[in-house]
Amino acid sequence: MLSYVGYRLLLVVPTLVGVALLIFLMLRVLPGDVVEIKLRGDGGHVTQDVVERERHRLGLDKPMLTQLVNWMVGLARLDLGTSMWTGRPVAEEIGARLELSLQVAVMATLIAVLIAIPLGTLSALFKDSAVDYVVRIVTISGLALPSFWLGMLIILTLLYVFSWSPPITYTPFYQDPLANLAQLIWPALAVGYRYAAVVARMVRSSLIEVLREDYIRTARAKGIVPRLVVIRHALPNALLPAITVIGLEFAFLIGGLVVTEQVFNLNGIGKLFVQAVSRNDFTLIQGLVMLLAVIFVLVNLLVDLFYAVLDPRVRYR
Amino acid sequence: MGRKLVWAGVLLALSMPGPAFADQPTKGGILSFAIGGEAPNYDCHANYSFSAIHWLAPHYSTLLKFDTSAYPSIVPDVAESYSVSDDQLTYTFKLRRNVQFHDGSPMTSADVKATYERISKPPKDVISLRSTLFEDVASIETPDPFTIVFKLSKRDASMLANFASPWNCIYSGDKLAKDANFPRTSIMGTGPFVFVEHAKGSHWVGKRFDRYFIEGKPYLDGFRAVLMSGPAMINALQGGQIVAEFRGFSPAEKSRLVDALGDKATVQESGWSCKLDILFNTAKKPFDDVRIRRALNIAIGRWDGARSLQRVAFVREVGGVIRPGYEFAAKKEELTKYPGYSEDIAAARSEAKRLLKEAGVENLKVTLLNRNLSMPYTPTGLFVIDQWRQVGVSVDHVQLETSPYQASLQSGNYDVGINAACDFMDEPNLQLLNYISKDLSSLNYGNYIDRTLDDLYEKQKRAANKAERYALVRQFEQRLFHEAYTAPLIWWHRIVVHHKQVRGWYITPSHYLGQDLASLWLAR
Repeated sequence: MLSYVGYRLLLVVPTLVGVALLIFLMLRVLPGDVVEIKLRGDGGHVTQDVVERERHRLGLDKPMLTQLVNWMVGLARLDLGTSMWTGRPVAEEIGARLELSLQVAVMATLIAVLIAIPLGTLSALFKDSAVDYVVRIVTISGLALPSFWLGMLIILTLLYVFSWSPPITYTPFYQDPLANLAQLIWPALAVGYRYAAVVARMVRSSLIEVLREDYIRTARAKGIVPRLVVIRHALPNALLPAITVIGLEFAFLIGGLVVTEQVFNLNGIGKLFVQAVSRNDFTLIQGLVMLLAVIFVLVNLLVDLFYAVLDPRVRYR
Repeated sequence: MGRKLVWAGVLLALSMPGPAFADQPTKGGILSFAIGGEAPNYDCHANYSFSAIHWLAPHYSTLLKFDTSAYPSIVPDVAESYSVSDDQLTYTFKLRRNVQFHDGSPMTSADVKATYERISKPPKDVISLRSTLFEDVASIETPDPFTIVFKLSKRDASMLANFASPWNCIYSGDKLAKDANFPRTSIMGTGPFVFVEHAKGSHWVGKRFDRYFIEGKPYLDGFRAVLMSGPAMINALQGGQIVAEFRGFSPAEKSRLVDALGDKATVQESGWSCKLDILFNTAKKPFDDVRIRRALNIAIGRWDGARSLQRVAFVREVGGVIRPGYEFAAKKEELTKYPGYSEDIAAARSEAKRLLKEAGVENLKVTLLNRNLSMPYTPTGLFVIDQWRQVGVSVDHVQLETSPYQASLQSGNYDVGINAACDFMDEPNLQLLNYISKDLSSLNYGNYIDRTLDDLYEKQKRAANKAERYALVRQFEQRLFHEAYTAPLIWWHRIVVHHKQVRGWYITPSHYLGQDLASLWLAR
């Protein structure tokens, strides 16, 4: 197993190099740069000399190959460079937002798992019954409603019904757990509902399929209590595809909650990504893409390892 | 040597009834308000956007400033008094003796000199975005620690207003001598509030500077500005987590807040020193043909459009190159004589069709470049499309994000565009800069050279009196609209909604002014 993990971690290197190359080249194809936005974006009269000096300061006047080499050398030293917009280290810009995004992703995942597995299981066990129909209505609604719209509904309900709205700035959990949860529970619920719907549908269809398998029939024929058949034999196998979905969704949530973050005024990675793109902040975009690539790769690795825990037939060498 | 008794102006301003409130200020409280953007750095001299000045202004002072309760009156800030020579070539400022920087060091004429030298003649590694406003400053002298004299090589009609610009934050000369770029990353001014904290992407905190040079001010204990915009900001304002946002609101946002807050809301409205222009790329065919530009310009029914658009967007006034209502703006009877401003839109459309036919483009198709911002770009773009369809012109509306939009304008990769022009004050030198030749102004996106306009710009800048300047600005407008390189579509209308407890803040046509928060107080 350890050698497999080592092998997979080694494979991460060429993947990340490929991502780094791709994002660097893609950004340079787009028209405009950060200097235009910084100095002229708001209608400022700026002489070309000032624009050129700022381009020089940021190294944008260097040949593309030089910029690429600098970027790759920096990456090799785990240095993501400095933001072209703020001049602060990219790692610092990301670090200031990562904690919040991670917490929302973890909370949404917990909410999703806690809702989805029981609901999906019930729906599968009582297929085509009233229970199944209710669960299907709940899950299909979750799939149909955009998270940000649900978020808006939550905020407006809190505002109009309870004359209260969540805090507008972030307080770390370790400083004030109540203030932290008062702000983050709502986006986690809004996102977690859709997330739960996706997972519940997956658990339901997968469990229905597994329950038809020969080994389940054998277990029942041997007289094992039905509850144990489901919990010990059916559910672990049925959860395998759901775990893949949970992993992908978790990784997506780190940087993909763009609109939800706007709705709840969360200072997260998604908002930072949008700002970086709208400002043509190449170094920050590159840093964020690398972060998300690393997260996706690591989450995929964890999902694969979790497969082995759930399914004894799966052994990595 | 003619001297202006500026304190008389201050007393006059104070004796005028305020636009909203007349009760006595009370001390204390933390102002929580929203700002819709974040600046790249902390240097006033290197920024343009409201999203910089709203954060920075409470920490800094300027030589003079606009009196927002009597805009466009100018009053001293760190200056105690000032005088202008008869030939308008020498500006002498007497400085207050009790001004201190937040680190406790006294502010003297040396600091002001260092600041203005940085603005007008920045060192190589310093960005100064307004150096051209001070290009006529020949020398800056400091005969004593509390007197500073600016000598100009040429008369500049906008000079006094330039000294009142909120962007000319005064920095410590000692700090600048050690590192000319220290204001990019540090905040240390003489303003009413001391910088406490900036959580990037989240909020900004300031606390009262107890040794502020105006006794009794600021009234607030401090402020907490939160980075937020859009529906989240409106919700927070409604929920009372913030009590103000000082840039502006759409009519729909105003209605929602007034309905929700009832008598807890205060609404202040004003004309806005921002407008949308229609741009023709004269470097591209067929827009090198003045007949086509003129036809497209006169086909737009501005007066009817303004009546409709103001219901859905923060636009309202029809005007020329200067904001309607300002002293150098064209009056309505003058405006209606310009091409594109006729109230007889049927006749104008007939003329437009005739011009298009004469130019051989009866079935003209154009691509209209616009920003993908709903307010006020999209509704205005749709209005223009509707107007042009009525003269047989079909339009492809391309709305882009700011970055590619800006890149398209800069590179000339567009046919016709809609562009916003905002200035920090009403001043012909600023507003006309959008229309002079490309080699003289980076704001010229029409890609034309017109030395007649350049000459008129220079003449109005050097005008000896207001009447002369007014006449020259009219000549400039006539030339611009006749050539139809570009033309104002509609001027913005500023609406600010805040909680009634916010007092002592007065709306002006510029969302860059009046944000030092020194006079703002919270009613209990």
